[in-house]
Amino acid sequence: MSIILDHVNYIYDEDTAMAHAALTDVNIKIDAGEFIGLIGHTGSGKSTLIQHMNGLVKPTSGTVYFDGKDISDPEFDRKALRAKVGLVFQYPEHQLFETDCFKDVCFGPKNLGLSQKEVELRAYEALKQVGFDDDYFYQSPFDLSGGQKRRVAIAGVLAMKPEILILDEPTAGLDPKGREDILGLIKKLHDEVGITIILVSHSMDDVADYVGRIIVMNKGKVVFDDVPKEVFRHRQELESIGLAAPQVTYVMQELKASGFDVDIDVTTLDEAKNEILRVFSK
Amino acid sequence: MIRTDKLVFEYIRRDEEGNVEGITRAVDDVNIDVRPGQFIAVLGHNGSGKSTLAKHFNALLYPTDGEVIVDGMNTRDSEKIWDIRQEAGMIFQNPDNQIIGQVVEEDVGFGPENMGVPTEEIWERVDESLRAVNMLDFRKSSPNHLSGGQKQRVSIAGVIAMHPKCIIMDEPTAMLDPNGRKDVIRAARALNSVEGITVILITHYMEEVIYADKVFVMDKGHVEMQGTPKEIFSQVDKLKELRLGVPQVTLLAHELKKSGLPLPDGILTKEEFVEELKKLKR
Amino acid sequence: MLRDITLGQYYRTESIIHKLDPRVKIVGTFVFLVAIFMVNNAIGYAIAGLFLAMNIKLSNVPVRFIFRGMRSIFLLLMISVLFNLFLTPGDPMFTVWKIKVTKEGLKLAAKMAVRLVFLITGSSLMTLTTTPNNLTDGLESILKPLKLVHVPVHEISMMMSIALRFIPILLEETDKIMKAQMARCADFESGSIINRAKNMVPLLVPLFISAFRRAMDLAMAMEARCYRGGEGRTKMKPLVYHKEDKVAYVVLVLFLIICVAVGRMKF
Repeated sequence: MSIILDHVNYIYDEDTAMAHAALTDVNIKIDAGEFIGLIGHTGSGKSTLIQHMNGLVKPTSGTVYFDGKDISDPEFDRKALRAKVGLVFQYPEHQLFETDCFKDVCFGPKNLGLSQKEVELRAYEALKQVGFDDDYFYQSPFDLSGGQKRRVAIAGVLAMKPEILILDEPTAGLDPKGREDILGLIKKLHDEVGITIILVSHSMDDVADYVGRIIVMNKGKVVFDDVPKEVFRHRQELESIGLAAPQVTYVMQELKASGFDVDIDVTTLDEAKNEILRVFSK
Repeated sequence: MIRTDKLVFEYIRRDEEGNVEGITRAVDDVNIDVRPGQFIAVLGHNGSGKSTLAKHFNALLYPTDGEVIVDGMNTRDSEKIWDIRQEAGMIFQNPDNQIIGQVVEEDVGFGPENMGVPTEEIWERVDESLRAVNMLDFRKSSPNHLSGGQKQRVSIAGVIAMHPKCIIMDEPTAMLDPNGRKDVIRAARALNSVEGITVILITHYMEEVIYADKVFVMDKGHVEMQGTPKEIFSQVDKLKELRLGVPQVTLLAHELKKSGLPLPDGILTKEEFVEELKKLKR
Repeated sequence: MLRDITLGQYYRTESIIHKLDPRVKIVGTFVFLVAIFMVNNAIGYAIAGLFLAMNIKLSNVPVRFIFRGMRSIFLLLMISVLFNLFLTPGDPMFTVWKIKVTKEGLKLAAKMAVRLVFLITGSSLMTLTTTPNNLTDGLESILKPLKLVHVPVHEISMMMSIALRFIPILLEETDKIMKAQMARCADFESGSIINRAKNMVPLLVPLFISAFRRAMDLAMAMEARCYRGGEGRTKMKPLVYHKEDKVAYVVLVLFLIICVAVGRMKF
């Protein structure tokens, strides 16, 4: 599995007065097994970008390759692509429509034309993967709490057995525990099931603990694409585009400025703790 | 300003045929006393009853049992209901679903129009309200072209234009990105400190409450904890139990303390944190 | 973006037409419509056209922008022109294959086309120069006499203005839900009509739920802001006739008289 975006440009409302570039010369390669954070503030183009990856949006110019094949080729099977590149939209619970949770999760695999048995098997497996309680399988999704609804919605995409899962702000609107649960679930999907993950967020704090690579978008362009530590080194640039490094990074910086001999490349809470302990144990 | 006395709110759950399935006690024996000019924060996970509580403060819901007194007026007194709603303004979570006007300034004028304020004075109020939230430049814009944070600030202006003594904000930042969140909280704090308006902020973002005068933590309809932010955030484990977290700096200090550094509880800002570490070094 | 559909869209700029009282513009549009259906000679159409052109010029709305709205009705226009062209009996002018084109047909087709274009341009000029809120205010005020017969004029106009505010939001939401279901391999494009209608369920159910949720939220927000119907409400932008409006009424009356007088002459 690999996705390559080669000189992708996308212009909104082409041929009209409102035309504006949503993506400008985006070049990205995504490999199997990665855990990527895609960061940018609202309107930076990140939502448009992820819709290119499963063919919901076609680039104005440039090419998107999936496993080496051009996805805008008329021969290319876009349905299969959408199953392999699972896309979970923001507030995914807003797309639930069936009378019970299980049926709703069946919707995706059913569209793939699988046998009833296979469909149900996959739905069951997906609901288990998101840690959904058997007792609620046949409940109306509309009676569930926000966090549970979101799990069902994620299961609805997982049931298509995607090789890569893209989640747009999966924690939006959840309380701290709910956020932690969903992020933990995503990590589990990556580590145990082996799904490649792209986590879209506007918060560095959310992604810093999990991802191995961060892509930062601004005004439709990729500004940074590197391991977290490298990206967070560009604190000033990040701030100038309305983003921020994780909070602990600022704490470490402040400590350094006050004469503590700490490493300021620290990005997670655990690292910060160990670093401070190290300095104090001297 | 706002006082609740043994406030209880129950609602009846019905099944599809309309038969009573059960009774849920969403707010259970809440006694709160908010004094004029205070900045109050109400924390709680989703479903803890905090929004239901908030809707009692301006007579959108009425107690099943107990009393809510707003500026000396009982919300049960149906003759006072419009006075109560004028004195205690309300901001809701979804920025799209509370803007009525199709032009920013017309939306801000909606409240005063309903109150029967003379035309000339409406214009004065709209001007000053938009200025107070720093949105004067957008007065002629369509709300559909604003960002979430900007929309919320328009909603705040719409409430200020009614000259309330108190503003209740029901998760105003839950659907916003970090920048929008900052702007809205900044606007709320300015209203409180400059205009002296009482603010009741309902949220589950811990960073937003560290400047509050008093914090209430809700769980299962009860007030589970109350105190200054310092007092509340000293109890990291208890908060976790209630599906909540603490600000990152507080968490870092807490972890360090557990690892043996003699830090005090309830450190809220990175400045405080650095000061405390400096003390330790000496 | 769907947010920017032209239908009933307001074009923001400064102009004398924008400044006119919405009641003048509503009455004016009505007068114009009456006029183009009353005239039936070339001079009459020329006068009406001139009047329209003058208004467009005064409105500062780019012509290109006005005609963009035409695209959607182009098909309708073509159909009515072709029908009239081919199906009107009378003096044959020439024949295309088996179909006769008559002199009367040509005349009628031209007339239809001109009327339709004028009609659409005229009414879109009104919506382009009047904010929807202003427009509903104007309607409310014009329809006020109906209150006497218990027509809830205020409520109707409030409903219209809320609808106008939420149409773009719901359109965008439709787009979003559609994409989300397509990401689950839903198919909205192929299949028989019945199948296609069935396939809309995953789109329509979430859309209705969302619309209801929004409606509840909005109702609560309105209540919280002391909304209690039209009684005792003041207006931020009350409708007051200014000098220009009076002048505009005079111009309208003159236009109507000229159109009727000249436009119905037989030469």
